[in-house]
Amino acid sequence: MKDAGLFIDGVRIALAGREIVSLTRHVAPGAVLTVMGPSGAGKSTLLAFIGGFLDPVFSASGRFFIDGQDISALPAEERHMGILFQDPLLFPHMSVGGNLLFALPAAIRGRTARKRQVEEALQGVDLEGMEARDPATLSGGQKARVALARVLAAHPRALLLDEPFSKLDAALRQQMRELVFAKARERGLPVLLVTHDEADAAAAGGDIVTIGGTE
Amino acid sequence: MLTRLGPVLAIGLLTLPVAFGLAGTVLPAFGYLPALGGKHFSLDPFAVLATEPALFASAGMSLVAGLGTALVSLTVVMLFTAAWVGTPAFRRMERLLSPLLSVPHAAAAFALAFLIAPSGLVARIVSPELTGWQRPPDILIVNDPMGLSMMAGLVVKEIPFLLLMTLAALPQARPVRTRALVASMGYGRVAGFVFGLWPVIYPQIRLPVFAVIAFASSVVDVAAILGPTAPAPLAVRLVGWMSDPDLSMRFLASAGALLQLVVTALAIAIWIGLEKAATGLRDRFAFAGVRLRCDGMVRAGALAMMLTSAAIIFAGLAALALWSVAGLWPFPDAMPASYSLRTWMRALPQLRDPMLTTLAAAFASSAVAVVIAILCLAHEDRMGHAPGRWAFSLIYLPLLVPQVAFLFGLQLLFVLAGVEATMPALMLAHLVFVLPYAYLGLKDPWRAFDRRYDQLAAGLGKRAWLRFLHIRLPMLARPILAVMAVGFAVSVGLYLPTVLIGAGRLTTVTTEAVALASGGNRRVIGVYAFMQMFLPVLGFAVATLVPALIFRRFRDMQY
Repeated sequence: MKDAGLFIDGVRIALAGREIVSLTRHVAPGAVLTVMGPSGAGKSTLLAFIGGFLDPVFSASGRFFIDGQDISALPAEERHMGILFQDPLLFPHMSVGGNLLFALPAAIRGRTARKRQVEEALQGVDLEGMEARDPATLSGGQKARVALARVLAAHPRALLLDEPFSKLDAALRQQMRELVFAKARERGLPVLLVTHDEADAAAAGGDIVTIGGTE
Repeated sequence: MLTRLGPVLAIGLLTLPVAFGLAGTVLPAFGYLPALGGKHFSLDPFAVLATEPALFASAGMSLVAGLGTALVSLTVVMLFTAAWVGTPAFRRMERLLSPLLSVPHAAAAFALAFLIAPSGLVARIVSPELTGWQRPPDILIVNDPMGLSMMAGLVVKEIPFLLLMTLAALPQARPVRTRALVASMGYGRVAGFVFGLWPVIYPQIRLPVFAVIAFASSVVDVAAILGPTAPAPLAVRLVGWMSDPDLSMRFLASAGALLQLVVTALAIAIWIGLEKAATGLRDRFAFAGVRLRCDGMVRAGALAMMLTSAAIIFAGLAALALWSVAGLWPFPDAMPASYSLRTWMRALPQLRDPMLTTLAAAFASSAVAVVIAILCLAHEDRMGHAPGRWAFSLIYLPLLVPQVAFLFGLQLLFVLAGVEATMPALMLAHLVFVLPYAYLGLKDPWRAFDRRYDQLAAGLGKRAWLRFLHIRLPMLARPILAVMAVGFAVSVGLYLPTVLIGAGRLTTVTTEAVALASGGNRRVIGVYAFMQMFLPVLGFAVATLVPALIFRRFRDMQY
């Protein structure tokens, strides 16, 4: 079963000759691998490497596979890694619907078909009818849900989560965790979560790797 | 990759015209210009140059103008920032920066002239009550032999420029923390700034200060309007020789251009000496622990100087506008006795062609400059690092070499290539001067852009150019258009490149306005100078309104 899901094969990342990350792991579809470590340990760097936008100051080696396909040589836009950051980062010059339409793959053709997909995506996060809203007018929790709907609308092959719950307040945080992991399970998406919050790791329920903890 | 073109084009545009232009000046200076019969190298042009009357006085005037302008404007900017940074007064001044910067040098010079001339607005307002003057007094204020009004005209324009550069350098000096620290040691506001912050800021604005010295020591348009006439500053005389119908004068002009290069280099060298002296002086005070806590006078003085420099431009522009619609306006009336649009009606038909040339050159050069700047910045993102110190200094090259020194040669090359006085040649010449501003203006907003938006869009499967087109371009629309407006204003204000490359056949509102200076018809000058400042203002208005309209539905896109 090594073929299905995300396989991280011998990934090593170094900065100025000092190795900061070394990892070989398999993440099954719907499962979560949690990477923990203090800030500055290189958690986000690992995500950047897999996402395809590693800062050239780092040197990195190793490969990663999605469902058996080696994607490590592909440019970022062909890897289809859905990313969620700490901040929702909704595009401020597009409406909520515009954000989702931008994310939908171009393969979904026809105005009505695309609109219906957007409607469904918003329903999936309990925000039906919000298409025309300016993202700036949404509450923090609503923004986070639009960001989730947007990333899912692009039909990603895996999710990369960069401390996505850390800026939400406690009640909202628990809700969002459940929503995100439920969606990932529902779609069979392997998830790589980096966090320094033990509760995130507990909610994720999968394997936990700690990096950079020795210093 | 397309982005690689950015640095290649930029470096080419910044260095090649200067290098080839200098070569085209050096060869005739040493007697070599086969097209005009100069087939052998000789020192004759320099021998002729040495016989020119009052050459030493002209060169000395240029040297003093360069150093004086830099010294006064930098001092005002330093003291004003020291005394007022972080206050509402400072923020209000920041908002005035763009309009002040967009006023072309020539328009600012006219503005000052219309205020301080013996029959200017100031004399009219205080006469006859305070002065008893019934007729304009017979004193030489504008064109004074010491060049004071010329330096004043330069200072009011260089103050906003250096203030802008200081503002850009300020955040890296962490002003709030440092100020709190030195204040806790008991230092006065101004002393604390000069001892604690200025040493961090100054190295970053050093090249712009050199650019001010280079510009002021070789300026032509401001000197032609406000400067002394007998003798005129060196650069003004050079342009006179260059445009002499007797083509053999070009040898003399080229030799003179090399002298100009030496004068400017000397001015910068003296400045570097002054820097050393000032550093030593600062250290002596700082290490003696001089607190200077009672700096109220300095603070008030700095504010007064800053306000005066801004007021001169705005009041002068008002005077210009007033003159353009004045009917009868006898001295010493403060306001015209009657108003009429006759000057405008008569001038407008003649303004059409210069206006079209101005707009075309300004639009083309600013648009191309912004595209090249974006390509450079995108390339830096791909490489993962900003250009090194050396490459970055190149940005200032066209601003550091006196314009006459390389434009003479560049004009010669264009003549030999048969493209003199064509629009593409004019646009290219403008581009050389607009590009530095485009790059410098765009680099901070570009680097401040949250790159996670870009990474996120890549994760959504969007290619680089789609990410640029749909995400970065609209989100940076405001700074990009603002920078384009700056480039537009720079191009509108360019005098010497237009005069030399346009060769009198392609004229802009700026060259026409300066040409009117000697004629002294205030009403017509009022029309041309008004148009000169109106075009940049229009550019800034468009740059502000267009994004506001496009993104009116999105709150986070309003600033």
